[in-house]
Parts: sequence; structure tokens; C-alpha cells
Amino acid sequence: MFNRGQKLNKKLFNKNIEKASLRDGYGEGLVLAGEKHDSVVALCADLTESTRTNAFAEKFPERYFEIGVAEQNMAGIAAGLGVSGKIPFMASYATFSPGRNWEQIRTNISYNNSNVKIAGHHAGVSVGPDGATHQAIEDIATMRVMANMRVIVPCDINEARKATVVASEVWGPTYLRFTKEETPVITSSETPFQPGKAEIFWESKSPRCAIIACGPLVYNTMLAAKELEGEGIDTIVVNNHTIKPMDNALILSVAKRCGAVVTVEEHQVEGGMGSAVAEVLSSNLPTPQEFIGVSGVFGESGTPDELIDKYGMAVKDIKSAVKKVIKRKNGH
Amino acid sequence: MYLDEKEQKFLQETANKIRRKIIDILEDAGSGHSAGSLGMADVFTALYFHILKHDPKNPSWEERDRLVLSNGHIAPVQYVTMAYAGYLPVKELKTLRKLHSRLQGHPHREALPGIETTSGPLGAGLSQAAGMALAARLDGRKHRIYCLMSDGEQQEGLIWEASMFIGNNKLSNITAIMDRNNIQIDGSTENVMPLEPLKEKYEAFGWHVLDIDGHDIEQIVDATNEAKAITYQPTLIVAHTIPGKGVSFMEGDFGWHGKAPTRSQEQKALAELRTMKGKIKSEHE
Repeated sequence: MFNRGQKLNKKLFNKNIEKASLRDGYGEGLVLAGEKHDSVVALCADLTESTRTNAFAEKFPERYFEIGVAEQNMAGIAAGLGVSGKIPFMASYATFSPGRNWEQIRTNISYNNSNVKIAGHHAGVSVGPDGATHQAIEDIATMRVMANMRVIVPCDINEARKATVVASEVWGPTYLRFTKEETPVITSSETPFQPGKAEIFWESKSPRCAIIACGPLVYNTMLAAKELEGEGIDTIVVNNHTIKPMDNALILSVAKRCGAVVTVEEHQVEGGMGSAVAEVLSSNLPTPQEFIGVSGVFGESGTPDELIDKYGMAVKDIKSAVKKVIKRKNGH
Repeated sequence: MYLDEKEQKFLQETANKIRRKIIDILEDAGSGHSAGSLGMADVFTALYFHILKHDPKNPSWEERDRLVLSNGHIAPVQYVTMAYAGYLPVKELKTLRKLHSRLQGHPHREALPGIETTSGPLGAGLSQAAGMALAARLDGRKHRIYCLMSDGEQQEGLIWEASMFIGNNKLSNITAIMDRNNIQIDGSTENVMPLEPLKEKYEAFGWHVLDIDGHDIEQIVDATNEAKAITYQPTLIVAHTIPGKGVSFMEGDFGWHGKAPTRSQEQKALAELRTMKGKIKSEHE
């Protein structure tokens, strides 16, 4: 059942649940951050409307920089601003930034420890019809591997807004991952959000599996947990929004209680959030784990729902992974 | 600032002292980039001892001019010049490229105060200079951003992204200085991937471009003064230099781009530099 302390959307399991895009959370959060801090500046590479940078650009024109279609230059300019006392937010599609400009981010932002916030938009296969060229499913891996880099994957519009504001207030290079599609509003404005602190969203009486999820797939995970409870399989759902630095204490505590783990992410299984969880578990508390995510292939054109289904991230896939890992735990 | 004869002589002697130290520490390190470091000794001397508004005792002074070294592989000339300018003890130069040293093989901002940005991977300095110039403009500060870059790195697409942005935004607080020494690792720049006409290319991107003899300290100072006076566009100073300048067997030889001298080569080089008594003869005289 719901973890009441989290103040989640009460209508979470209603058929006509309200939906909104995480990118709007970014756009709103950016304006809030700009209002709070004069040193916040924004950069965008010819995707101002698409990344919702436009509201900031209209409100603070002198603090907004249009870079043109030049993601490497955007990373370099942001790096220079970041070492000059500014708090730059740079936005593009995640396939291009941090895709194309990975080395500039590595050397000039991460190693250089420049206080830059990288907003990767249109992440995941749920970008849909644009196809695999525009579906970033490697960005968590390529960002979390960098020293100094913080990695945050919000689950809905509210969390996206909070993560954006908080990113302006915690010092250091930060990657924020956003999706395009309108997805269910899981949390409320009162749901706590603190980087590096994972939250338990769902907890049944005698949990036998911890489902650790990030991004909008937290919704599918909640649906799976509810259906599983109806089938007599109790679980815990963790919203693991900060991939780095991860909340190792909470991950270990739910793994210990349940003895089995399923991770859920809209990203390649290789190197993603699930891999990060496995790294923590294998060195502290080896625990059977199943991975929900894209398994070593590129996406393709389609509707978001079709793609989530085709690439094995639907409610039914999460449920069967839970059943499988519980069997493995029991030695079957 | 006007440069009198006495100061010119002092700067020439300083540049020679810097060249000797570069040879000394590169031999000690056993690896590193000799040609570009020696070639840019006059430009670095002019910058740190005459042009830059800076305070070695307070490297984070907000009003300081920023020096961005885009081609980080010539770090030895920057470290040595900074040491003589008072940023670090001269004896620390011996730690170049060694474990626990602040003097990383390529400069790292967090390792050594006074290094404005980490560099090494080519083509990235100009973008960062643009970011620093935007910050200065937003804050209404008058300091200047000097971006030093190589000619070889003009082959990186990123340079032209940055050049386009800086020209479009008329960031006149940027003075870029290109080390036009005509060599890169694989040979002559015009054989590997021709760069000319550089002046016309930058002018087309909205820059004011000056060609100078990069070993003539008076010309270096005059060009940076001219750049300061221009308030409607950025300036590029193409400094024509001789790679390996001052050491006969290194001069003009691309083989010395990424090589350090051996002990016997070091002795030969130092003997040559001593007899020069600070006077680097310009090829253009």
C-alpha cells in the first residue's frame, strides 16, 4: 500500500490519472531557480521550446544564451560560466547532450569541477516516433561513470520541478534526465525530495521483493506492486531518483528485508541504474536481482506505449520479473 | 602600456631564462612537449610580465584578467612563467609530470591556483573563454579573457562553433592568440590539413585579426593594446612563431612537438641558449 508519509497523488490508481510532461517541470523549475538566484543562467542549443527553456528566456533574457546547433560549444561555454561564479543550466536532447559533447563534459565540466547543470531531455524510448536516433538510452551510464558528477532521474513533473530547483542549490556538476511524453503525476508538491535520498513509495505487509525504479516507469512499478499485492505477493517500491550518489543505506536495507530485488529503468540495462544497484549489492549484500530495461538493442519508431511494451518495460514485465526473482531467491 | 627599451631587454632575458628552465624540467620529466613550449616563451613572458592584470599572491582576485590555455600540452611554458612570476616556487617545477605534483602533464584547474581551466583535449579553450567573457559582461566587470591556442587545433570543429558564437555576440573582451608555428604531430599543418587562409576565415566570423611576429615582444604588446582598444568585436592575434625557438636542432622540426630532450640534448640546448644572452633573433628582421 501507499507509503502515507510520501504524500503521493491520491488519485494514482484512478483510470483517468492526470498526466504531464517532465520537461514542463524543468521549465517551471528553471524559472523558480532563476527567481531565487541571480547567478542562474540558461543555455540551449536551438531547442528552446522543446526543452521548455523558453519561459526562462522570456523572463530573464539577459541571462539566457542561444548557442545554436552546437552542443560541444554549449558545454564549453557553460563550463566557462560555471568557473566564473554562474550556475549554468544547459539543455538539449539527451542523445546530443550529453551524447555528442561527452568529452567536453568530462574534461571541462566534470574534471574541471565547474558548477554546471546538464539537462538531458527526450530521454528513453518513449520519445516515440522520432526513432532510435533521438531515444537516449545510454545517458545514465555515460554520466554516472564520471567522477564528480551527480545524476538525478525525476519520476514526474513535480519531482522534475523540485530536482531542477534543488540542482541550483547543491554545488557541483549535475546531470538531470527528463522525458518528453506526458506521464502520470505520481507525486504531489508536498512529496519530499532530497538528492541522494531514495524514497519508499509503496510497502506491503510482508515484502518478498524490493522493486527499485527511477523515472516515469515508477508509475508502471506502482501498478505492478498493486496487482501483485492482489495476487498475494507483497513488495516494496523504491523511487531511486538519485543514481549518483546513490542512497546505498536504503538500497541495502530494502534488499536485506526482502532478499530479492528488481530494478526498473527506461535505459539500457548495461551500465544503468540497475547496474549501479548491483554494484552496491554485490559488494555488501549479494542479492538475487532481475533487471527491467532495454537489453542491448536500439529503439525504433512507434508510440510510447508500444515501445515500452515491445522493449519489456510494461506492468506485466515488471510482475514477471518479481515472480522470477522470488523463485530464484527460494532456490527454484 | 608603453614598453621602454629597458623593459624590453628585461622581458627578452626573462624569456630566455624561461626557455632554459623549460629544457631543464622537460629533460627531468622525461616526456612532454618541447617545440610549442619554447615557441611560445616570448608570448607567455609578455603576458605574465607586462600585459596581464593579475596578482600572483591572490590568484582568485575577481578583477584579474583570465588566461585560458587551450592547447594544454604546452603547460611547461605556462608553469615556468608562472613560477618566475611568483605563483609557485621555482624549485617545484622539478615535480612536473610526477606523482603527487600540482604540475599535471596537462594543466588542471583544481591542482594549481592560477590555472583558469583544465585543458589538453584540443579545441575546447575558446568556448570556455566565451563563457568567462559572458560572465564578465553580465557582471559588468572590465577584465579581459586571453585565450591561447595552437594552429593545429583549428582543425577541431568546436573551434569554429566557438568562433562563430564569439563573433556573433561581439565579445570584444576576448583576445585570442594563436601560436602559428605550422607544425602538428603528423607534420606540417598545411600538409596534414591546410588551415589557410586563417585571417580571412576569422574575419568572416566577425573577428578583428592581426598578424605578428610571435618572438617580437614589442609587437606582442602592441597587438594586445590594439585589441583592448576595439570595443565592437573580438580580436585574434596570429602569432607567427618558430617551434623549438632558441634551440637550433629543434627549430622548425615537427618531431619535437611531443618529445623531451635527453641529458646530452639538454646540455647542447642550454649551451646554445646561454650564448644568446636573451636576444632571440626574429626571423622577420
